[in-house]
Amino acid sequence: MVMPDHNIYAGLTVAVAAGRLGRGWLGGALARVHQAWSGTKAGEQGGMIIRYSVLPGFGLTLGLTLSWLGLIVLLPLAGLVIHAADLGWSGFLAEVGTARVLAAFRISLTTALAAALINLVFGLLVAWVLVRYRFVGQKLVDALVDLPFALPTAVAGIALSALYSANGWIGSILVPLGINVAFTPLGIVVALTFIGLPFVVRTVEPVLQELPPEEEEAAISLGASRLQTFLRVILPALTPALLTGFALAFARGLGEYGSVIFIAGNMPEISEIVPLLIIIKLEQFDYHGATAIGTLMLLLSFVLLLLINLLQAWMRARHAH
Amino acid sequence: MRGWQRFVALAVVTAGLGGAVMSKAAAADVTLLNVSYDPTRELYVAINKAFAAKWRAVTGDTVRINQSHGGSGKQARGVIDGLEADVVTLALSYDIDAIADSGLIAHDWQNRLPEHSTPFTSTIVFLVRAGNPKHIHDWNDLIQPGIQVVTPNPKTSGGARWNYLAAWGYALSAYNGDQAAARDFVGKLYQNVPVLDSGARGATVTFTQRAIGDVLLAWENDAFLARQQLGTDLEIVYPTISILAEPPVSVVDAVVDRHNTRKVAEEYLKFLYSPEAQTIAAENFHRPRLAEVAAKYKDRFPDLKLFTIDQVFGGWTAAQKTHFADGGVFDQIFRPHR
Amino acid sequence: MRTDGKVLGVHVGRPALRDPAWLRSILIGLALGFLALFVVLPLVTVFAQALRHGLIAYFDALAEPDAVSAIHLTLLVAGIAVPINLVFGVTAAWAISKFEFTGKSLLITLIDLPFSVSPVISGMVYVLLFGLHGWFGPWLREHDLQVVFALPGLVLATMFVTFPFVARELIPLMQEQGIEEEEAAVSLGASGWQIFWRVTLPNIRWGLLYGTLLCNARAMGEFGAVSVVSGHIRGLTNTMPLHVEILYNEYNFVGAFAVASLLALLALVTLVAKSMVEWKWGDSLGHSRY
Repeated sequence: MVMPDHNIYAGLTVAVAAGRLGRGWLGGALARVHQAWSGTKAGEQGGMIIRYSVLPGFGLTLGLTLSWLGLIVLLPLAGLVIHAADLGWSGFLAEVGTARVLAAFRISLTTALAAALINLVFGLLVAWVLVRYRFVGQKLVDALVDLPFALPTAVAGIALSALYSANGWIGSILVPLGINVAFTPLGIVVALTFIGLPFVVRTVEPVLQELPPEEEEAAISLGASRLQTFLRVILPALTPALLTGFALAFARGLGEYGSVIFIAGNMPEISEIVPLLIIIKLEQFDYHGATAIGTLMLLLSFVLLLLINLLQAWMRARHAH
Repeated sequence: MRGWQRFVALAVVTAGLGGAVMSKAAAADVTLLNVSYDPTRELYVAINKAFAAKWRAVTGDTVRINQSHGGSGKQARGVIDGLEADVVTLALSYDIDAIADSGLIAHDWQNRLPEHSTPFTSTIVFLVRAGNPKHIHDWNDLIQPGIQVVTPNPKTSGGARWNYLAAWGYALSAYNGDQAAARDFVGKLYQNVPVLDSGARGATVTFTQRAIGDVLLAWENDAFLARQQLGTDLEIVYPTISILAEPPVSVVDAVVDRHNTRKVAEEYLKFLYSPEAQTIAAENFHRPRLAEVAAKYKDRFPDLKLFTIDQVFGGWTAAQKTHFADGGVFDQIFRPHR
Repeated sequence: MRTDGKVLGVHVGRPALRDPAWLRSILIGLALGFLALFVVLPLVTVFAQALRHGLIAYFDALAEPDAVSAIHLTLLVAGIAVPINLVFGVTAAWAISKFEFTGKSLLITLIDLPFSVSPVISGMVYVLLFGLHGWFGPWLREHDLQVVFALPGLVLATMFVTFPFVARELIPLMQEQGIEEEEAAVSLGASGWQIFWRVTLPNIRWGLLYGTLLCNARAMGEFGAVSVVSGHIRGLTNTMPLHVEILYNEYNFVGAFAVASLLALLALVTLVAKSMVEWKWGDSLGHSRY
């Protein structure tokens, strides 16, 4: 670390940022995760009190929350798992162990990873530009970042496939160069990049915003170059946010269906994603196959969510000292 | 904060209303649901109109026929899971057999109406680009290197299964019944497939709108419709031999008995065999069964050698099991490339 | 998100931190190019394709009865699912932010779960529960109730998918605001409802609006989950995104993109409303205490 007191400062920054993040629904996830794992440390900044509340409504609201959660989310998901459990271990492994299923998982994981990586780089870039620079139309650009959240995925799917096919605006440029996007795995990456675009931007932006400028100035006055300052001061402070945004984009991309099927080509073992394979299994009346793959997907989502939480806890622990 | 209270109250009322709507007020008029496969939308729009007019004239009652279209397997899955279809008009009998296996349709369904319960037929033809630049005239042209063939996924699309079996049947006739040679031929054909859409309509869109491929294997009626709707830069090519595709129809016994719609549902299906409906079918490029209508539209449907699935594959159950089940021939010969 | 006059950051005015002009131009160019490629072009494509045959064809496509009924259905589904999730979001946020209890982090993770579950699975689980061969299928059939392939199924799948949206927006906001104001109200003898309507709600209303907007946009645009439970009956169980797919498969591209453009407009309206909330009432969104 460049500065001796950097760790303390970074810890504070994260805490401040966590509260700050509370303003965005996406950042909300991050901030809440902070709060959940750290008791109320982040909340103390905002004046939260650690003790049992005198407020009414605890039983009512928690009861409602739990029963509604149970009814709408947990019961149906349990149904899925129990249905798959009919298969037994060996049956389950036989269902998900086929070359086609494994290939679908490989394709889903690699394309989601590739898209999340693209978003990691360009998300940081967009956040940087939005926070650090002024330019004409900045507010418009800022608002546009959220479009993939609001635009229905099916609409995105047909638009992207129209754009990237051989006779589309972008495809007509790329295809003569030998680059096929539509109906190849590359098409999946494009669709998932679109879907995951806001996540990194929206998690990094507020943290970058709250980064204390004094620290950078100090680094520069001590003779560090801009690049060194970026790598040693800014990037470490942004790492938790970057990783969280990355993980959120990855998790979202893994399950995405609507935008991908229009542009993917859907070739088994080449461009067939896991959600599509579930649909195909259903259409073949193969309920056990569908629920087995679904259960594995569910497990993956849950692990990813926990990972996002742990990631934050770890980052906090690293900075808190 | 009154506004908020009112808002919440409104939301609750809306939810309640939604519940009320769903419990289906028994309508005075009869409503049927026809769950069908992809390329029959236009056909049944016209037929439903004609049947409603006829039904009103004969009985004085109003009948409204709702339509649901999608991949044949998907539609059958829906009916099995509780989609309340009074009648199903699917791409192949295997899908209706699957519904029968779940107990919703009597197992002898295929004997209840004439012609194995298939009021019209179709076949599989080639759709190529204007001028047929790749000179595609018959099935053996499809396995040439560098030819891109667009056909949907036989695991999910009924039409795609007919495509596959048509190619297999051609190869059998070309190689004197040699199954190994047929398998080799179909394997080569699928080496030339760049995109596997999940349904016939998706494949047509890929071929026509996304400019992918040199030839599309398509339902005859869909090929005509595509040319009619999507412009003239497409040509239909008839191979020397193809399969007689027989998309069957049936009432869904469990549903019509509960809805009390058996009579009108059966009359609806019988109507499909009437000269009027057969004419509508021919107008929509489905091959009519009725000789008099067929004679009238002779010019529209070129003669070609057609074989049936029973002749070559011993029926749908056997074909499904051998070729399309998990681990079946299709899974074995379909080698991902690139 | 970024509010209170800090939209452009505290760093802009600091000369030492100012990047050279060439670097700025390159980075801005790259960022704008990326956004243009991935966000603006798809959006423009939707409208360009929809208007390909002119305004008359466009409005004809939207006035078509099946399109109109798809719009009605979509509004109805969102009209039921969003208020219910709104009420849930508020109660969940109240329980989680105003009280300490064990298992809170697990609860929060579970509330988040629908966000990362594939929409396809969200639809499938309801078929497994309420389909004819599902757990409750036979009972429902006996009582002549239809859940999947009818409105309730569409609402349930939509609710599942949009489940975390309001809650995840409110929880951090309410945690940040703390409970002093509510405690003061208690000491003055206010009832629970009074506290909620008079104290809490005014504090969180913009966050609530913001979460509701996003919840609504997702509810109206959901495709994968509703596709599994819809049954695709024209004029009855096709929501707008499903109708887009159907028109697309009917070679009616102008119609498909016309309906898609309505959904895109909805997305734009959502973004504008969201930005307005941020710009005008950013302070009450986040209580800028720092």
